[in-house]
Amino acid sequence: MKMVLSGNASAAYGAKLARAEVISAYPITPQTKIVEKIADLIANGEFETEFVKVESEHSAMAAAVSASLVGARTFTATSSQGLLLMHEVLHWASASRTPIVMVNINRAVAPPWSVWADQTDTIAQRDTGWMQFYCESCQEVVDTMLILYKVAEDKDVMMPAMLSEDAFLLSHTSEIVDMPEQAEVDEFLGKFEPEQRLDVENPMSFGSLSMPHQYYYEFRYKMAEAMETAREKILDAEREFEKRFGRSYGGLLDLYRCDDAEIVLIAAGSMSSTIRVAVDEMREKGKKIGLARLRVFRPFPIKELRELAKGAKMIGVLDRSFCFGYEGAFFTEVKSALYDMENRPLVKGYVVGIGGRDVTLDVIHDVINDCMVTKDTKDEPFKWIGLKGGEQ
Amino acid sequence: MKTTLPEQELMEKGHMACLGCGGALAMRYLLKALGKNSMFAIPACCWAVIPGVFPYSCMDVPLQYVAFEATGAAISGMEAALKAKGKKEGVTVVGWAGDGGTLDIGIQALSGAVERGHDVKYVCYDNEAYMNTGIQRSSATPRGAWTTTTPVGKTRFWKQTNKKNIVEIMAAHDIPYTCTASVAYPEDLIKKAEKMKDIEGPCYMHIYAPCPTGWKYPPEKTIELSRLATETCIFPIYEVTYGKYKINKDIREEKKKPVLEYLKTQGRFRKLDEETVQSLQLYVDSEWNKLKRKVECFGEDK
Repeated sequence: MKMVLSGNASAAYGAKLARAEVISAYPITPQTKIVEKIADLIANGEFETEFVKVESEHSAMAAAVSASLVGARTFTATSSQGLLLMHEVLHWASASRTPIVMVNINRAVAPPWSVWADQTDTIAQRDTGWMQFYCESCQEVVDTMLILYKVAEDKDVMMPAMLSEDAFLLSHTSEIVDMPEQAEVDEFLGKFEPEQRLDVENPMSFGSLSMPHQYYYEFRYKMAEAMETAREKILDAEREFEKRFGRSYGGLLDLYRCDDAEIVLIAAGSMSSTIRVAVDEMREKGKKIGLARLRVFRPFPIKELRELAKGAKMIGVLDRSFCFGYEGAFFTEVKSALYDMENRPLVKGYVVGIGGRDVTLDVIHDVINDCMVTKDTKDEPFKWIGLKGGEQ
Repeated sequence: MKTTLPEQELMEKGHMACLGCGGALAMRYLLKALGKNSMFAIPACCWAVIPGVFPYSCMDVPLQYVAFEATGAAISGMEAALKAKGKKEGVTVVGWAGDGGTLDIGIQALSGAVERGHDVKYVCYDNEAYMNTGIQRSSATPRGAWTTTTPVGKTRFWKQTNKKNIVEIMAAHDIPYTCTASVAYPEDLIKKAEKMKDIEGPCYMHIYAPCPTGWKYPPEKTIELSRLATETCIFPIYEVTYGKYKINKDIREEKKKPVLEYLKTQGRFRKLDEETVQSLQLYVDSEWNKLKRKVECFGEDK
């Protein structure tokens, strides 16, 4: 069935299709339409779920972790400040091995107040042990939510996953979405049946004190292993999804016209759509340019990037966030992935779109033009594009 | 032999609490009342350590350790999931936290959980400071008490503000049941825990749980001192059931013991001057009278 849905509504329908059993969430702009839509679906008798309307994002995640440990499929959604408030509990979620799926609307972090697109919020959660996916379309949001539950709940993974949408650019953009059939989704996902859970019939403790000489170290190693396993599981789940539903999204790194590309731009989220247009324009002019969309940031697509880099002469990495005292996070990580390649391409970073500044075709043209003239990056490893000068 | 307490033990031997720990006794009594169909969330507090180091545990009930401020949220999530799974029937969901995790850092999540009306039982064992981290003051620390962050020196003194009245804060949430209990009166504690178990909806129990290590008294005095706390009216034993107040251990005016008698038992009050002792007596009297007025106005037969 085809429906016209916003990115937010797509997330709500994704939770419904996945039959999330417990949802705990707190409202924040621009995520509010997700919780409102879920409330509507419940009120209309279309969605049977326990919706816990918590008093903060910290509690949203804490309730989700406990619900998941009881054995319920669990969903939450947040944005920006809310995600930052959750930070502590994000660690509790991953280290408790609870496969929670969360949608985060990428919004700038205050001060000054800004509710517009910026990926600082999720980048700041890089080391929390969550899988991170960045989506580009409403259809991709619905489909990816199903894929995420499949991967997260895999008994060899059992790690939480977050799906990101750029504020307004995706959360509030409506598109036609081909809604998967419920029966097909049920078959694809199955039921959530964790091997261990909080259960009065079989009492267990979760998260007991662990001494340095005992198992804390090993628990963390198991998490590292699970994240490595997730790489293959993501590809498997996407293949199975494609077989059933006829759509796929390129796995961890979504390549667009990269086959013979000399210059490749790497970016995540909504700006990828703009870059696709720029790539088409350049291709028409005979310029060999491609896009590698960073669909998954954790686990990081190392193998895919190294394969891509074999053919490219120049890689431009676009960051919609900035790590103060260094550079954009995607830029750092892409370089690190390529470091020990023998003939690695030049890699240059571009900071764009911070605080919702529009990433227009002109901005992308500036990046491409800079890529074309860059011969080395010693003096200028990265630059801020479109920065306003000192004029009053 | 007939005992006044249920015989079942769900807290096994080998716990890691200090000698004379009021918190350990409180848990043992609570479990006797609630039974094995209970599910616990415990945040950072002494009880994050007392059950034992992985893979050992002295607890025969399912238990999740949670973030310091998250107990209220965790039990909300457990309850919602049990409902979603059709497994809530007959299961008691319990949040068990210290005074810091309840009155300070956890008060928001607790307030949220009971306001939403979850069928959860929240129990605070009150040892009147951050004992697990080494005796730092909390908002449950009484005025006049020494702690490591309210040291008594040349320019700094014991805690200057009164204990936060969390019991009245919880009663003001208009939940079905709020009560106090003490390790000195296990039969009363168990009766109240059984009552909570039978009530559907959020309940709050505040247990007076002395700490020999932090309060500086010999471990064998825990019960004696707990009794004194009630006999001086410092810690009244009462309950609020659907808005109706009832004092369970009434202290007749002529039997009421002076506050000083209680203060003298503990090293943490050792340096108090006479003036402060007097003002503490006035404060305790006034709070006790306030409570009695509440019983007069909103008692069970009113």
